[in-house]
Amino acid sequence: MLIIDNLKVAINGKVILKGISLEVKAGEIHALMGPNGSGKSTLAAILAGREFAEVLEGTVTYMGKNLLEMPAEERSREGIFLGFQYPIEIPGVSMVNFMKTAVNEHRKHKGLDPLSASDFLKLMREKKELVEIDSKLANRSVNEGFSGGEKKKNEIFQMAMLEPKLAILDETDSGLDIDALRIVANGVNKLKRPDTSAIVITHYQRLLDYIVPDVVHVLYDGRIVKTSGRELALELEEKGYDWIKKDAEKNEL
Amino acid sequence: MNNQSERSERYLKLYRENIGRISLSSSPYINSFRQRAIEEFEKLGIPTRKNETYRYTNLDTFFNHDYNTYFMPGEADFIKAEEFRCDVTDLDAHGVVLMNGFYPTIRDKVRQLPGGIWIGSLNEASAKFSDLIEKHYGKYVNGNSDGLVLLNTALASDGVFLYVPEGAVLKKPIQIVNLVDSQDDIFNQHRNLIIVEKNADMTLIICDHTLSPRKFLTNAVTEIYVGENSHFDIIRVQNEHNNAAKITHTFIYQERNSFASSNNITLHGGLVRNSTHHYLGGEGAECNSYGLFLADKFQHVDNYVNVSHAFPKCTSNQLFKGVLDDMSTGAFNGRIFVHKDAQGTSAYQKNNNILLTDDAKMDTKPQLEIYADDVKCSHGATVGQMDENALFYLRSRGISKREARLMLMFGFAHEVIQNIQVEALRERMDNLVMQRLKGELSRCASCIVKCG
Repeated sequence: MLIIDNLKVAINGKVILKGISLEVKAGEIHALMGPNGSGKSTLAAILAGREFAEVLEGTVTYMGKNLLEMPAEERSREGIFLGFQYPIEIPGVSMVNFMKTAVNEHRKHKGLDPLSASDFLKLMREKKELVEIDSKLANRSVNEGFSGGEKKKNEIFQMAMLEPKLAILDETDSGLDIDALRIVANGVNKLKRPDTSAIVITHYQRLLDYIVPDVVHVLYDGRIVKTSGRELALELEEKGYDWIKKDAEKNEL
Repeated sequence: MNNQSERSERYLKLYRENIGRISLSSSPYINSFRQRAIEEFEKLGIPTRKNETYRYTNLDTFFNHDYNTYFMPGEADFIKAEEFRCDVTDLDAHGVVLMNGFYPTIRDKVRQLPGGIWIGSLNEASAKFSDLIEKHYGKYVNGNSDGLVLLNTALASDGVFLYVPEGAVLKKPIQIVNLVDSQDDIFNQHRNLIIVEKNADMTLIICDHTLSPRKFLTNAVTEIYVGENSHFDIIRVQNEHNNAAKITHTFIYQERNSFASSNNITLHGGLVRNSTHHYLGGEGAECNSYGLFLADKFQHVDNYVNVSHAFPKCTSNQLFKGVLDDMSTGAFNGRIFVHKDAQGTSAYQKNNNILLTDDAKMDTKPQLEIYADDVKCSHGATVGQMDENALFYLRSRGISKREARLMLMFGFAHEVIQNIQVEALRERMDNLVMQRLKGELSRCASCIVKCG
């Protein structure tokens, strides 16, 4: 589904990603872990199409297409979803209008007619229940005045509405209490289908108790320094990142 | 080229030539203000950019122009007026049309609405309601040192009189449609007087339109009295062409425990300057002052707000927003004045602007003068580009860049629109703003003014 090959990326002349290679197959869940500043969020943003960095080298192929050539909106319509670490507040734009526009853009892309108002509201209702989001939130402006937990639930709600093929969840667990974490993780699990994939970015093993990954990668200083099964997450939880850093630095020498 | 006295001389001459005619149709009380006003005007003149409150607005192109017609309709106009009918609205409102600043009817110049409310021509009403006129006229502009307010007092010929008696609650809003329509360049100055007695509730909508493509200049003054415990909303919608200048001065005087809000929505216009003066003249009074403008090409929109907290425990809120495209320019000047004894004051001000091009320009200036100790006050102003993070957020959900930009601008504008309490008008404003942002001609579509 997604093949990243030797991806090198710089922001303002500073190289952040120093040659990332990674393959996500249909149906797989990959966890991307690593200490602060290792490049996790940069990778997520690059995949979602944020135009803030310079790709120096490498390719990203998604469903056989050159992903780096697509604008952000097209990536979304093709099935990529980024769950933001810090969802943006947009005063004056209602959740309903936002989602209606997004869903209908996706439908247009698939050659479908826009949803009628009543079908759309029905869809909203169904998906709201799925992520246990407060009904009233949907009547407010996008993320405006939402608590940290509500914002994250709202990300999963949007994901439910758009039914992506590849979900990239950037620290969806940060700032969540245990109940909210469970709800968010349940939402992700319920939305998982045999053919859809996810990249879950997290600092902590905690989230991976709920969302069980097939593969765990550790990113450090712009490189994937370790790839293994889910037991790697448990090892990191126990030992921290220091040994990884030491290993990586040793390898460099 | 034109120095100050030359600029003023044009208008002093106008006064000398027309005052006889104007006085004839006005009441002695209204006429009694004219001489003094023109003398004061002679000292102050047409404001220039040296004047602090007009620092960002250049009036020259409109005030150094020779207009063919000034202030007063001729005999022919009245004959035309007799046949004049305007289907102003499908908005469920009591409508009144003001044509080039005068009341375009001969009969029914003052009429009664449900609840004992009276509306009509100020000139006509000044005979019938002379006690009310004497109590309120000229009182709320008193002490104002704006040359243009004085010029209006000296030369205003007519306008709307609206009287809402004690306890009257008008469910439907009242709509005043100001039309400028002429084959000549016109300068008009009208004067409105709105009296809302205590325990009353009403909403006033004022729409400013131009119907023919000549050069127009309007200098309008509205005085509003809001009695104790009353609720009053005024919404002004401006949609004029690029060769028109609209200068409005609105003075709202509030008694204790009253609530008033003002919302100036400028969709289109060559040069617009709205000054809104709120005087909180009794304990517990509250006012909200809103404004939104969308400017492009060489348009210029200036909002001046002055909130005066004269008594304790009053609350005021200002929210003004602007979207500026092309080479357009804008200004916001928000003054909060808290008098010495106005303890327990809460006063807030916010001004946010989006510049869509590098050539657009916005000047914003908060001005807080606080002479009391127990005061909660805040102000904030931003001038910036569209929020890139928000743009990416929308695009990452499959929304195209163009649509995302529109949604953001619309959302930005909607924060002001959402304060309109009349639902039908709020929805219409949302639509008009959307059309305007899309670059479509935003005629006040379903409110087509059909005149014949």
